[in-house]
Amino acid sequence: MTEHLLSVRDLSVSFDTPDGTVSAVNGISLDLAKRDTLAIVGESGSGKTQLAFAMLGLLARNGRSEGSVRIEGQEILNLPEAKLNKVRAERVAMIFQDPMTSLNPYLKIGTQMAEVLQLHLGKSKRAAMEDAARMLDAVRIPDAKRRLGMYPHEFSGGMRQRIMIAMALLCRPALLIADEPTTALDVTVQAQIMELLTEVREEFGTAIILITHDLGIVAGSCERTMVMYGGRVMETGPTDKLFEAPSHPYTLGLLAAVPRLDIPQEDLLTIPGDPPDLLGLSGGCPFTPRCPLAHEPCPQRMPDLVSFDTDRKRACHAAREDVHR
Amino acid sequence: MTDVLLETRDLDVTFDIAKRGAMPWTRPDALQAVSKANLTVHRGETLGLVGESGSGKSTLARAIVGTVRPTGGRVLWKGRDITALKPAERRAHGRHVQMVFQDPLAALDPRMNVGQIIAEPLKTHRGDLDAKEQRRRVGEMMERVGLLPNLQNRYPHEFSGGQCQRIGIARALITEPELVICDEPVSALDVSVQAQVVNLLKGLQKDMGLSLMFIAHDLSVVRHISSRIDVLYLGRIVETGTAAEVTGAPKHPYTRALISSVPIPDPRLERTRHRPVLKGELPSPMDPPSGCVFRTRCPIARESCAEARPPLLEAAPGHCVACPFYEDAGAMGGAVSA
Amino acid sequence: MVVSHSQSAALTAAAPMGPPRSLWADARARFFRNRAAVGGLVVLGLVAGFAIFGPFVAQHSIEEINWSILGKVDDAGGPCFLSGPDNEIPPCSETGHWFGTDAQARDLFARTVQGTQISLMVGVVGALIAVLVGTIYGAVSGYFGGRLDNMMMRVVDVLMSVPYMFVLILLLVVFGRSILMLFIGIGLISWLDMARIARGQTLSLRSRDFIEAAIATGVHPFRIILRHIVPNLLGVVIVYATLLVPSMIIYESFISFLGLGVQEPLTSWGALINEGADQMRQGLWMLLIPLAFFVVSLFGFFFVGDGLRDALDPKDR
Repeated sequence: MTEHLLSVRDLSVSFDTPDGTVSAVNGISLDLAKRDTLAIVGESGSGKTQLAFAMLGLLARNGRSEGSVRIEGQEILNLPEAKLNKVRAERVAMIFQDPMTSLNPYLKIGTQMAEVLQLHLGKSKRAAMEDAARMLDAVRIPDAKRRLGMYPHEFSGGMRQRIMIAMALLCRPALLIADEPTTALDVTVQAQIMELLTEVREEFGTAIILITHDLGIVAGSCERTMVMYGGRVMETGPTDKLFEAPSHPYTLGLLAAVPRLDIPQEDLLTIPGDPPDLLGLSGGCPFTPRCPLAHEPCPQRMPDLVSFDTDRKRACHAAREDVHR
Repeated sequence: MTDVLLETRDLDVTFDIAKRGAMPWTRPDALQAVSKANLTVHRGETLGLVGESGSGKSTLARAIVGTVRPTGGRVLWKGRDITALKPAERRAHGRHVQMVFQDPLAALDPRMNVGQIIAEPLKTHRGDLDAKEQRRRVGEMMERVGLLPNLQNRYPHEFSGGQCQRIGIARALITEPELVICDEPVSALDVSVQAQVVNLLKGLQKDMGLSLMFIAHDLSVVRHISSRIDVLYLGRIVETGTAAEVTGAPKHPYTRALISSVPIPDPRLERTRHRPVLKGELPSPMDPPSGCVFRTRCPIARESCAEARPPLLEAAPGHCVACPFYEDAGAMGGAVSA
Repeated sequence: MVVSHSQSAALTAAAPMGPPRSLWADARARFFRNRAAVGGLVVLGLVAGFAIFGPFVAQHSIEEINWSILGKVDDAGGPCFLSGPDNEIPPCSETGHWFGTDAQARDLFARTVQGTQISLMVGVVGALIAVLVGTIYGAVSGYFGGRLDNMMMRVVDVLMSVPYMFVLILLLVVFGRSILMLFIGIGLISWLDMARIARGQTLSLRSRDFIEAAIATGVHPFRIILRHIVPNLLGVVIVYATLLVPSMIIYESFISFLGLGVQEPLTSWGALINEGADQMRQGLWMLLIPLAFFVVSLFGFFFVGDGLRDALDPKDR
């Protein structure tokens, strides 16, 4: 734990739109060690995806990012495109919700995979193809050799996501960022993909950041969890403790909203209202309008992220004892 | 609960898929999306329909609302076959059965404002109401689904996903239908908003005495709203029973696998849970396995499974399973205590 | 107590702020941010104004021959603002030939005004027929699909495969040259491409959920086409129509250039350019003035069309 694999300091992301400036991420810091697993949880509009995009320099053209992002000590925020490409291919890889957007529909998947290896590791076409086949094996795609000659549309959604994971792992990155990797998939396939991600981590020693809106899938797969809302961190800590005793009303609400099969529930509990509109955020806590514990300082001042219980942090004006089911 | 509203009898839906580069006269491949489906919706109840994508659950719903033509079997509405109706009569029937869609934004015409969208079914079926009365009803319905009625002149893209789904629900309910078919109404929404929409549907059902058909791939959501559940696999109903029985004491190995796939938001439980993850993928519906279609992924499959399609037999009162060997499945675990 | 299960919770949720914004309003705002497009629009407005108000300003009719200039057009027929001591052009106060005269000593200003009217009319009527006939035809064909679609599109294919220029020339020769004939000829072909485009768009619209919602509700098919399909086609249709106007103008100009278009003394840009080209050596203005109108207007249409495409379809940029 001496050298962090990933270290983000005060990262802010904003977008210039015709309607004004939208701040999607506000001063977020996080550290990730080798082989660590971190879940970033939040609803749409919480800024979780833009946070990942900013780290990898994938923001849309009207986006700006400030702060610092270091991978193994090297600053990568706002690096020139050419250098970033190298970082993205070799050290940090990302997979997306919709695998089709990152696969070229006109190229065989073998060609696409081999290209990455030829370009970044300078392998010969033959060696690259062999590596690609081995990697498809590793993500449990049966009959890998033959599949290399197939086009993306010939695979099912779950298979495509496996291919994406295989491609992401080709250069043995130290960090894999998975942005809602299972949202578009069925529950059965979701279970398969989550299992695969766990196996991948054990096999390749890759650290994983899992971005999701579903606390359900976090429970079984990540050691640490960070809950985001309105571009800010609400709470962060070890997954076990966070689930057992949520210290933020938002976390509590998210947990209560997950329908459970294992225990009888009469009515589903909900967080009233809608995810925030990032356009008109004031200086206060963004969760205030939906928060049952909101009181007088909340709309005025964003609470600081305060440490407690050795390895947990929370940003809430309400007393910790008041946050309970 | 004996009042049957809707019934399908041996409903088949087959799509013709033209082969790639085929000549116009070659016979297209047949894709059997739904095969001999029998389901019943009673007045005032919620029927949950669960299955993976490709299981034919959406096609089944569309055959009932009439946007897809069944190739065999019958759809009975209060005992009357509605597949045989003339086009005009069929359209008029739309007043009684409405639908809520998966993608909340895509289901709303982007060029129309919210008032126009919600009023459309009224305009279609209640031409007798004047514009003022229509507007009043639209406003009332918007309030009922939790939208400010003064937002009638807004456009869909100005709303969040959850709000769009409320608009979709308002449109479905404006003609006071007896049955509303919800096709994955919450799977595109955030978890916190999901719960809002599920609760809204539940409340509306109670207030208006609606019957619901709730389609989803996630059993945990379905259980919350349904009184009975049908499990669909590759176009065939493999298990049917009350929600409590299907989720609490599942019989079919597929249902068990589905339940074990649902993550539990409790890290400690999740780590210790025995999770038999379903291997492999849904077979192609163009070329389904012989006999029991689930046998290629079934942990308790035996040779005899390939011979004939297993009938849906009663395993317990009101709880039917299309698997003669379901008792063996007990060993595979998967069920969670309810 | 931390979470509630209130149903009407969304009543308190953030409602959209500001005035309602339809997609059209959004597109309009985007369009007016595009300088080239607005410039094009201004130019087109000026040209249209020229066509509308020109007749009130013109000092002569289109057929009136200025006998004092006839015979020495090369020296005295130039635009009157060029009048000076070193040429024979009479000053504007005397003749009012702002654009000079044509080879027959007729006022070129009046003739350009009239040519502009015809050319714009040809372009607009052609595009209008395309929008009306082509859109409805394509929407119906695409919406109903199946055998009807097959039949309707084969009709389009057959019409497209006819060498229309040849047919039009035949029509003009057989029925005589008239503006009506010209419009019929242009109307016959202008909607074909539009029908294909509209059909393609309709096919993709048909699979959208909101169309299915309307079908499931029991909305009458023709109502679906008019209320849902056509408004959603309009973006594409408008863009294509603005680009169709110049091609119709070019098309008419070509026919007029061949000498088969409008009949004397009426004229059009194509006819004026044709005549001007004959006089290029002696009276360059006869070519340059109508040509300038022609080129500037075409650019205007292209810029506006381009701007509309960007405004209506922001994803494609």
